Amino acid sequence: MTEMLDYAFMQRALLAALLVGITAPAVGIYLVQRRQAVMGDGIGHVALTGVALGFLLSTNPVWMAVLVACLGAVAMEVVRWYGKARGDLALAMLFYGGMAGGVMIINLAPNGSNANLTTYLFGSITTVSDSDLTAITWLSVFVLAVSLGLRRQLFAVCQDEEFAQVTGLPVRLLNLLLAVTAAVTVTVAMRVVGLLLVSALMVIPVAAAQQLTRGFAATLGLSVGLGVLVTLSGTTLSYHADVPPGASIVVLAIGLFALVTVLAAPLAKHRARSVARGETEGTLGHSEGSDRAAATHRTTRV
Amino acid sequence: MGQYDGDPVIALRGATAALGARQVLRGIDLTVRRGETVALLGANGSGKSTTVRAVLNQVPLTGGELELFGTPLARFSAWQRIGYVPQRSTAASGVPATVREVVASGRLGRRRFRPLGREDRAAVRGALELVGLAPLAREPVDALSGGQHQRVLIARALAGEPELLVMDEPLAGVDLASQRVLAHTLREQVARGCSVLLVLHELGPLAPLIDRAVVLRDGRVERIENPDRLHDLACHPHGSEPVGGSDAALRIETGKVGLAAGEADSEARV
Repeated sequence: MTEMLDYAFMQRALLAALLVGITAPAVGIYLVQRRQAVMGDGIGHVALTGVALGFLLSTNPVWMAVLVACLGAVAMEVVRWYGKARGDLALAMLFYGGMAGGVMIINLAPNGSNANLTTYLFGSITTVSDSDLTAITWLSVFVLAVSLGLRRQLFAVCQDEEFAQVTGLPVRLLNLLLAVTAAVTVTVAMRVVGLLLVSALMVIPVAAAQQLTRGFAATLGLSVGLGVLVTLSGTTLSYHADVPPGASIVVLAIGLFALVTVLAAPLAKHRARSVARGETEGTLGHSEGSDRAAATHRTTRV
Repeated sequence: MGQYDGDPVIALRGATAALGARQVLRGIDLTVRRGETVALLGANGSGKSTTVRAVLNQVPLTGGELELFGTPLARFSAWQRIGYVPQRSTAASGVPATVREVVASGRLGRRRFRPLGREDRAAVRGALELVGLAPLAREPVDALSGGQHQRVLIARALAGEPELLVMDEPLAGVDLASQRVLAHTLREQVARGCSVLLVLHELGPLAPLIDRAVVLRDGRVERIENPDRLHDLACHPHGSEPVGGSDAALRIETGKVGLAAGEADSEARV
């Protein structure tokens, strides 16, 4: 079991997996909170064009993907501000355009073919190079500085954008920063899980964690924990079963989600009872029956 | 009332605004002075909420002037002096959040990018106690009733210790217990010198707190009612409505019940 740690490529792969397991849910939680869970997917498709451009211009595909993905994310955010197009349609255009652009450009590149893209689409542990790892580490530092350092501000903006604006927070700046951070996260994760499955890692750990938690901070902490658990175990599985890591990581994440869903059902009942109890303990014990029934109903829905 | 000759906190003159192609405000004049409590009344679509959102710079004015705390809007930046209680949205957020977390976000206007300190935690705790939600501070907001949720939004605004409170339909879908808490909270805020602008459908239990009611109709100020006429307005907020007469009478009845209990409550606390 531990013999895989003797290989330098596995050490790099596990380190990259660890960083992705931390960063993807830490950013994804804000996208889920804002009900933009598929935004990571849109950015992933755009990043594909960046990867292909990297091949065409013979530069590092990771940095080119960062650049192009950031531009795409900013474009999405600008479309959202001005409301010129429906958000879902704008996103759809980015999906198609990113994918088509990537395939077209890679075939224009010298010695380029769709095969070059496969490792970026589904991830590949054996090809994480030292320079990739350096890039992933620096990008992860940036992502964590934003997603953890500004968590209260980003929480406020994603929870109630109008209130955040009235209270004087620089909402547009924070939205742009979140979009860029999401783009950076996608490119961090693409070597490990691949561009097509990166969004899963931003969303599924959060979706699993929120069934067990009551608050935002707790959800953030638990989803990062679950993210690390599935990326490390998925990478290990990928080594032993010889499958792309993106696939094994996402399959494990969905399995974990299903398990948590089954375990969380009794918890929801307990939570409804504790809200009812808190209300009667409080100074205002006049809660009407319908109130309580509504609270119970809402909680069990989760 | 001559007692409110203080500086205007809100001065809106000849305001016009449009939502899309529809002209919603057609020349609104609205002044709220320091320590004053003003209610905006009117039928659905009369421009109440748009007026409030224009005051908060969420709807751009196409004409007219707006001054906040004596500063023209273009140069105004002291948004932390304003506490905003939006209309309660039924759409839940995608990720759970505790009552305390939501209320604490009302403190960010003062802290900006610095971490929250002891003073901030005390303000959050104080706001939670004022609306009677301290025992539920660690519960998820999604599990609360409509009235409790409204109280969370009020506590969030109060956490910033505002000098001006702006509330959009705070009584909508709120149970009797929460209406009492609201009346009590407003009285406390007014007592410490806070100005209040409220959008209301009917005055209900808040009638005795209100200095002036501005009635809007089709984007214009239809009339301004002074306190001595407010009792009538509480009974018949929209003039002589053909239907709902008994309904209105019922509302003022429940209002009185809520008020009496609210007063007893505030005396007990003193």
